[in-house]
Amino acid sequence: MAETYPEDLKYHPEHDWARIEGDVATFGVTWYAQDALGEVVFYDPPAVGSTVAKDAAYAEVESVKAVSDVFAPLSGEIVEVNEALADAPERINDDPYGDGWLVKVRLSDPAELDALLDVAAYRDLLT
Amino acid sequence: MSRYTSATDADRRAMLDAIGVGSVDDLFAEIPESVRLGRPLDLPAGMAEQDVHEHLSELAARNVDCDAETSFLGAGMYDHYVPALVDSILSRSEFLTPYTPYQPEISQGGLQVMFEYQTAISELTGLPVSNASVYEGPSAVAAAAYLAKLETRRGGLVVSRGVHPHARETLATHAAGYGMTVSEAGLDAAGATDVDALAALVDDDTAAVFVAQPNFLGTVEELGALGEAAKRTGALFVVAADPIPLGILEPPGALGADVCVGEGQTLGNRLDFGGPSFGFFAAAERFIRKLPGRIAGETRDVDGKRGFVLTLQTREQHIRREKATHNICTAQALNALAGTIYLSWLGRRGLVELGELLLRRTHYAREAVGLEAINPGPVVREFAVRVPDLDAALARARAAGINPGYRLGRDYPEYGDGLLVALTERRTRADIDRLAAVLGGVREGAPA
Amino acid sequence: MSVDPRAGRETETIYEKSVAGRRAFVAPECDVPEVPVEELLPDWARRGEPAALPEVSEPEIVRHFNGLSKRNFDLDTGFYPLGSCTMKHNPKLHERVAALPGHARLHPLQDAELAQGALELMFNLQSALGEIAGLPHVSLQPSAGSHGELAGLLVTRAYHEDRGERRTKVLTPDTAHGTNPATVTMAGYEVVKVGTAPDGGVDLDDLRAKADDDVACLMLTNPNTLGLFDSNIEEIAAIVHGVGATLYYDGANLNAVMGISRPGDMGFDIVHFNLHKSFTQPHGGGGPGAGPIAVSERIEPFLPRPQVVRIPSENGHGPRYNLDHDRPKSIGKLRGFQGNFGVFVRSYAYIRSLGAEGLREASETAVLNANYLRALLAAPEIAEHLPIAFDRTCMHEFVLSGRGARDRLGIKTLDIAKRMLDHGVHPPTVYFPLLVDEALMIEPTETETKETLDEFAQIVAAILAEAAEDPEIARNAPYTTPVRRLDEAAAAKHPVVRQPAATDS
Repeated sequence: MAETYPEDLKYHPEHDWARIEGDVATFGVTWYAQDALGEVVFYDPPAVGSTVAKDAAYAEVESVKAVSDVFAPLSGEIVEVNEALADAPERINDDPYGDGWLVKVRLSDPAELDALLDVAAYRDLLT
Repeated sequence: MSRYTSATDADRRAMLDAIGVGSVDDLFAEIPESVRLGRPLDLPAGMAEQDVHEHLSELAARNVDCDAETSFLGAGMYDHYVPALVDSILSRSEFLTPYTPYQPEISQGGLQVMFEYQTAISELTGLPVSNASVYEGPSAVAAAAYLAKLETRRGGLVVSRGVHPHARETLATHAAGYGMTVSEAGLDAAGATDVDALAALVDDDTAAVFVAQPNFLGTVEELGALGEAAKRTGALFVVAADPIPLGILEPPGALGADVCVGEGQTLGNRLDFGGPSFGFFAAAERFIRKLPGRIAGETRDVDGKRGFVLTLQTREQHIRREKATHNICTAQALNALAGTIYLSWLGRRGLVELGELLLRRTHYAREAVGLEAINPGPVVREFAVRVPDLDAALARARAAGINPGYRLGRDYPEYGDGLLVALTERRTRADIDRLAAVLGGVREGAPA
Repeated sequence: MSVDPRAGRETETIYEKSVAGRRAFVAPECDVPEVPVEELLPDWARRGEPAALPEVSEPEIVRHFNGLSKRNFDLDTGFYPLGSCTMKHNPKLHERVAALPGHARLHPLQDAELAQGALELMFNLQSALGEIAGLPHVSLQPSAGSHGELAGLLVTRAYHEDRGERRTKVLTPDTAHGTNPATVTMAGYEVVKVGTAPDGGVDLDDLRAKADDDVACLMLTNPNTLGLFDSNIEEIAAIVHGVGATLYYDGANLNAVMGISRPGDMGFDIVHFNLHKSFTQPHGGGGPGAGPIAVSERIEPFLPRPQVVRIPSENGHGPRYNLDHDRPKSIGKLRGFQGNFGVFVRSYAYIRSLGAEGLREASETAVLNANYLRALLAAPEIAEHLPIAFDRTCMHEFVLSGRGARDRLGIKTLDIAKRMLDHGVHPPTVYFPLLVDEALMIEPTETETKETLDEFAQIVAAILAEAAEDPEIARNAPYTTPVRRLDEAAAAKHPVVRQPAATDS
């Protein structure tokens, strides 16, 4: 897919995004991150019920020749992981903002949202 | 004397001109004078090829090798026959001289060998995934402990006293780095791992439990019961196995082993005074992304043609660096090739026939020597006996051109008069009978 | 359409060639009573189904493995400038002497009295390596470079603990080989990276900032992974020793400085050797190697055991050699037995063949060859696409960046490497070190001729000129190899790591 950064997402400088729906957010990696990594061959999801802390690594994605930490844009408890990626990790490349989502998190500190970037600020970071 | 270089004076001149410096010394200008050697190395002068050959031949002649005596010495490495086709194939430069297969398009031979090797090890051990080799047996045991640490995040290791003493010591050496502690479960009166003693040592902090099959004394261990004791708190059950008896013994993978490692010397490798040989490392499927070292995998090229690559490399040091599953880089590819050829040569039935021959000769020999057995139960390849006046027996054997085995007291003070006797297909009934005569002679108190 | 009638033929594994009933092995006669197996082994111990090894005759085994060998490229066939790997010629004499029965058929637990030749060889090799390193005490035991690194950090740990200190960190340069940080973790330390200065050496300010009482060791190679000699080495040693840490030398690059400069004289406390690099052990397609370590006086008590020792002559008898296990402060054994003796035989033969003068000449020629090739590749039509990463006199190897080729020609370093395969040379090490964009790391070694280096430079120029015309050629290379680019992603996603078990049909 072509390089895109949806308007409705919040971004973390480590190339992660969050889609906020009430007190639950969906996390994933940005187009830039998947492009830098190359074809994703493995994603090791965290356990449902575990907690993630903003700015801390919560999972890894692997290509053939690289491993990349995935950082949590926000803190909370994992309520769902994308099981489909076990068989089809390439969805992270094909559709990073849709089928390639990684985890859903019940947020513990909504105030953290203020620290995330909007799309314009994230695009500035990339240039 | 550097006869393996070819730069002539004219070459050197032309090359220095191209570089734009006046002399070879100028190329070393960045090395401060204070750290230069400033004198020749204090080493003997170089020699012509034939003189080096002569010197090494003289050194070799001062060793008593397995051709020069009738040897029942084993204790971890064994004098098996290595078929001529192993030497022939290993001498091919295409196997001998390449580096690790970083460019798969021109390394298909080596990569396919790894794939075939992994298959053979998987078959022997009864575990679905094998890597492409580690250094050798005892350090393979230590590598299994590291996997257990990564997997369980626990700090305890329990090892049977029936595991090779070198492997136990190697485990302790590595455990100091891993930040783990090792405790040892003793042997029972029959020379098998004491399952109750082992069970008593296993707790919630135990990362892995190690036993050997057969154990150091040659005892066939009851892996099923040991595995149950090992795994009840979630520790990994690791079996260090001798691959040849696995031809007739139920594979560790079928008896609950999570990991099976071992020394591969017996598979087509020479004794070489202890190395190089190879270690094997096989595991249950769920550990595939935690294995140490290289793994070959099957795939297709852009034209759809079948081929092989190094796979799951993100486990390894060159990618995952400080988070790698192990630091191993160079392993033992050529020795693993020898193992693959050897197992192909033995084949499906040959491995069983060889195992049965060893089994029968081991039991025959134990009976023939007629001494008190330390491990009177089922044994294969090796057995231990108590020898009254062991020193005299060893001297008598030596005088008869026999190396009767390994003195157990070196590692097991509790068996101070113990002798560990090893059999291979090369030690015939006639050899065994001579051994029995010389040991038996001592038993009757004959003068040395 | 191909004119090669074999073009579509696929490789078969030995398992696929198996036919029930065929065999190569004929068991020796069973000369002891044929007691039924069931009487010797209880049910719970007996294997149900034989291991599914192949059933193949000897001629077919030979053809199979010979066929596989022809699908490998090797050092005896062509140029192999794989940076950091020192792919120098493997003298043929070494195979012959290693195979002598007195070496090859010697049991590792043979009594020392009956293995005097082997122990003398090991002692002599220890002495020679100690002299080359400038550090007197050597353990031959580690099985490879990374095993030597682990030995080095475990003796460091023992050294500090012996002084009642518990340190937690080990410094490694950001250019380090991956084995260094992996080893640090296995030895129970935390990795702290030290930066690289603009001239390619260690960033001294960064080192000073990070060197503190918690640092156990700095692991370094000199020349470094960029092929550059760090002339600040004495200052580096002073900083490291100033905080009580040890200085560790990764011997991967020793081939540049044998007989010229010694790690011990530079201030290193611990060195590992790669006998399969500088000292000609054939690499075997991924081993065996050996990784002995040499250490200074203060580290000596902690070396692995056993150590080979010489007992001086007395009463008219010559010196004798023994294995000393009685080393109370030793870290213990790192592996079984005494180490990869077969490798020691080859490396010892090499050192005796060359002597002091020959070893120095080998290093000088290695550095001459590297600088000559560097000069050839600095030709403008090459350098505009493959600029040198650090434009200084190099040691035994140097690093180019493929960023020019990527930006101007639209081909990556990987494409250049793959196109080299069609030219019949092994590519350099690629994408390492990590801090150089699109890196190509080139180590020609001393055993290559000027003509080979000239030809290699011509090949590089030809690949770049071709790519200027049509980059697709390199992007799709290779074309002439047994297989073409392989789908590594598919292999990693759904790993097939063994022959599928035969299913009943």
